[in-house]
Amino acid sequence: MPVLELKNIAKHFGAIEAVAGVDLALEPGEIVGLMGDNGAGKSTLVKIIAGNFPPSSGELLIQGKPVHFHRPVEARQQGIEIVYQDLALCNNLTASANVFLARERHQRVGPIKVLHDKIMHGRAGELFAELKSETRPRDVVRQMSGGQRQAVAIARTRLSNAKIVLMDEPTAAISVRQVAEVLELLRRLRDQGIAVILISHRMPDVFAVCDRVVVLRRGRKVADKPIKSSSPEEVTGLITGAIHVA
Amino acid sequence: MSRDAGTPSGRSGSVAIDDVLHIRQHTHLKRLFASQAFWVMVSLIIICVAMSIAEPPFHSEENFYNITRNFALVGMMSLGMTVVIITGGIDLSVGSTMGVVAVASGLMLQAGSSWFLAVVVALGAGAIVGVINGLLIAYIGLSPFVVTLGMLSAARSAAVVLSRNRMLYQFGPGGPVFKEIGAGAFLGIANPVWFMVLLTVAMALVLRFTAWGRHMFAIGGNEQAAILTGVPVKRLKLEAYIVCSLTAAVSGILTVGWAGSAINAMGTGYELRAIASAVIGGANLMGGEGGMFGAFVGSALIEVIRNSLLMAGVDSNWQGLFVGLFIVAAVLLERIRGKRRE
Repeated sequence: MPVLELKNIAKHFGAIEAVAGVDLALEPGEIVGLMGDNGAGKSTLVKIIAGNFPPSSGELLIQGKPVHFHRPVEARQQGIEIVYQDLALCNNLTASANVFLARERHQRVGPIKVLHDKIMHGRAGELFAELKSETRPRDVVRQMSGGQRQAVAIARTRLSNAKIVLMDEPTAAISVRQVAEVLELLRRLRDQGIAVILISHRMPDVFAVCDRVVVLRRGRKVADKPIKSSSPEEVTGLITGAIHVA
Repeated sequence: MSRDAGTPSGRSGSVAIDDVLHIRQHTHLKRLFASQAFWVMVSLIIICVAMSIAEPPFHSEENFYNITRNFALVGMMSLGMTVVIITGGIDLSVGSTMGVVAVASGLMLQAGSSWFLAVVVALGAGAIVGVINGLLIAYIGLSPFVVTLGMLSAARSAAVVLSRNRMLYQFGPGGPVFKEIGAGAFLGIANPVWFMVLLTVAMALVLRFTAWGRHMFAIGGNEQAAILTGVPVKRLKLEAYIVCSLTAAVSGILTVGWAGSAINAMGTGYELRAIASAVIGGANLMGGEGGMFGAFVGSALIEVIRNSLLMAGVDSNWQGLFVGLFIVAAVLLERIRGKRRE
């Protein structure tokens, strides 16, 4: 059974049709590349899945059950986590403080609840180890490489045992070596049975890690096929409209 | 394009993990040397030792008593100020808050209230100022600089109007105890200093060991990120301004007790000294950095410099110049250390 299913999803902003008639099914442990030009409806679709706003029409199913999100928190409760493009990290805090931000673990000292850093460092360390990232829980994020920052942002999604992770342009602003690191992190998520949607402009990244590629153009899905049976040339053609449908 | 394009460097990274994970990068000594508060304390000790040698009256018991009491009264405000600065805000109204609090407690005492009621009303007056600042900044989204600049003017005006521009000193039955709280001493150390020490320790513990404190740093580091992860940003900002105003209120209450009278001009210009103390102690005006111990030694340093200049017979009009130099030097030091970290 697909972990996430979209059925005939549409979203209008006034007279503008941002997304129309999109069907999409996501299986556990697969990485789907979501591609499209600026304004093709990628971010609208992602925001619908992440609960930023409800669709104008259509249905959203999580493990076969229809769901309605009005706020991002509701999506998170259903196991959907999003890694924002700017990662939403606090540079002045440690890696483990960022992972546990607003979800801190406490211990009681008399009547007072105090932070339980030992447990948080330990759990963050385990998550980084799972991701095979050389990120140390006690290090301050400010001093970290782009790849390590991604690991912190992704570890945050692992904390809640998310079933679906949305990655918004994770490789847009980092060095080539760090891109390799981030793609490796995505493979780790897949290996643990998590479904990943990778929103990216970078063709090489999508073809390096994705199992499937979905192309949007002007709010409509124009392609949804296994990566093996496609090619960067075909996808480029689909994005620009040189090829109509695949 | 092969599907494994990204793998090799990722693998080579994974080999090294076990080797690096057990290395504890932050040894205690390293952290100490990296903190601004530590270096401010070192310069504080150097100045004190130098002054004791050059001007023996400096280390007289009486002078020590005066310095510590004076610094405590401003220092308490810099504690609350530091909390606000950590969230990325600023509170320019603490000096005027002191004025309102002084007048409020003076009026209560003149009206014959008990010392306890006078303290409660004075703290309440401070809290009201903090609530107004906090609501406008956190919930309406106005800039902290503008809101508290307005409050600096409004609260001072309220103090003048409420006191009918007169000094309040004919305290009723609550007067003696109220004065004793601010002017008294315990074990040879002035009461305000005890308050300052207790407040510093309590607030430092809260800031370091509770989610409340960590969230303050998170807001200052990246407010958007704090909102997205579910930190109650608005409520916490409101609380930061209330805490700041309350420290100004405590300072105002103790100052009235020490002086034995309440004047509406009390605390004029103190906001700049409180901010200077916080900044010298390592608080970053961009938010996300600062500490209670830093505010403590920062305000101590300013007072010791003032006192030293007086002792050395330097015209008191030069004091501002030296305090100003130390503020800029502290920020410069921060910048240099920041560069080295990058």
